[in-house]
Amino acid sequence: MASQNGASLPAGGVAAPALDLRDVWAGYNSHVALEGVTFSIERGCLAGLVGPNGSGKSTLLKVILGMHRHWRGDVRIFGQPVARSRLLLGYMPQLELVDWSFPVTVADVVMMGRYGRLGPLRRPGRRDREIAQQCLEQVGLTDLARRQIGELSGGQQRRALIARTLAQEPSVLLLDEPFTGVDAAGEHDLLHLFNDLRAQGKTLLISTHDLSCVAGCFDHAVCLNRKVIAFGEPRTILTEEVLNATFERHLLLLNVEGKAFAIHE
Amino acid sequence: MSDLLFDPWASPFMVRALLALLMVSLVCAVVGSFVVVRGMAFIGEGLAHASFGGVAAAFALGGSIYLGAAVGAVLTALAIAFVSRRAGIKFDTAIGIMFVGAFALGILIMSRQQGYVVDLTSFVFGNVLGVDRSDLVLIASIGAVVLVLVAAFYKELLFTSYDPTMAAASGVPVAIVQYGLLGLLALTIVIAVKAVGIVLVVAMLVTPAATAQLLVQRLHLMMAVGAVVGALSSLIGLYLSYHADVASSAAVVLTATCFFLLAFLFSPRHGLLWPRRPLLGDASEAG
Repeated sequence: MASQNGASLPAGGVAAPALDLRDVWAGYNSHVALEGVTFSIERGCLAGLVGPNGSGKSTLLKVILGMHRHWRGDVRIFGQPVARSRLLLGYMPQLELVDWSFPVTVADVVMMGRYGRLGPLRRPGRRDREIAQQCLEQVGLTDLARRQIGELSGGQQRRALIARTLAQEPSVLLLDEPFTGVDAAGEHDLLHLFNDLRAQGKTLLISTHDLSCVAGCFDHAVCLNRKVIAFGEPRTILTEEVLNATFERHLLLLNVEGKAFAIHE
Repeated sequence: MSDLLFDPWASPFMVRALLALLMVSLVCAVVGSFVVVRGMAFIGEGLAHASFGGVAAAFALGGSIYLGAAVGAVLTALAIAFVSRRAGIKFDTAIGIMFVGAFALGILIMSRQQGYVVDLTSFVFGNVLGVDRSDLVLIASIGAVVLVLVAAFYKELLFTSYDPTMAAASGVPVAIVQYGLLGLLALTIVIAVKAVGIVLVVAMLVTPAATAQLLVQRLHLMMAVGAVVGALSSLIGLYLSYHADVASSAAVVLTATCFFLLAFLFSPRHGLLWPRRPLLGDASEAG
């Protein structure tokens, strides 16, 4: 099933996969967004969630987070139901949903990652500030901590939001379209960061349009178009047939010298 | 000169007016900062008008005007949130329907009452010079409740205002926090209405906070600076009203408007008179 890249399973023999979805159905009103989604991802895996707009990627992430109730099926995180594993999950929503003119500094935004662990009525303490500081360092934004969030460039804003996700101290990171609007150098930096996190034993599920990136650097791919078209190692599953079924009219496949190139419309 | 400065405070009603306005300024700056960053000005306006329905009902039933205003505003706030969620209509449409409905109900009830014209005017246009001791106690207590609640749940209010999706993912009960903020807004409006009246209440909520947003970069600083702007506007407005013999609430609001225009022109970051500051480069990304 999913590839394992040497990340050791936790002591105590918890062999359950980081993410395990069985026959998950979900939607909005009468519209079906996810049809019988089944896949699992092992701990320490960098997984790509690939599919066109409207294929249910964001809905799937929200179902895993317990923010959108699925109609039926089973979602487990390290073998536990979502309700008992919220603190294991870190999330980064799509960037378009963020209000950049809001009067908060980069440090304020990263600190919000701690709020879920703090719970109501408790204020961030010294340990929370230390963790927020470390997360800023990890994404290379220490110098910009006191800036208003809207003053940052697109790539910096994205790293600030990833720092906030890291401040949640998650075991599993769910990132919705982190590469959108990032230039090649920025993408390279992000991939470097994701590899570091994987080396620390974190599990990442990243929704993206960027097939070349998934094919080149990820351990695992889930091709989604309401249903799971294919899942497994990118090299084996990213075939013309699978991509055509996933992207339908949204993608053009070229075969040059035996290599498949995918071109977005 | 000293006469100009000290004369007004020889009259107890002026001192009470100043105390009321200072307290209302503080509460309005705190709650108004959320109103500004969340784009809730229209609902503020709506709740102020809707409170009139409650006031009219209180007149007719012989109950407390404040209680009537609070019940009217809170019920309308809940109705707006509930209707827009359940009926699937846009939030501002729900506000439009509900607040005019509640206001019209107020007019309907008033049209059957005799002899309340004076009270009615003071409610619509404000009568801060008529604030008595019990009004001050009420403003202080409601204001204290609002401030304590905002302080206690500041983290949740900030998070749901900035990024409701992420807040929900972190386990913050976003819907409850949003209903709660509407409740705090309704209470704030009730005390602000006593000071400046239905028509001007949105200015007290929005203008000082928006002025502050042009000057500082963090929400709690926005509240502090907004409170200072509101307090200065109250003081200057009352002087103007005393010496030029003009309506006090209008003088206070117009002073605040002047502060906003000054900030709009001269703010170091957003000021109209300075060149736009470019965004940070992507140099740190080596691209």
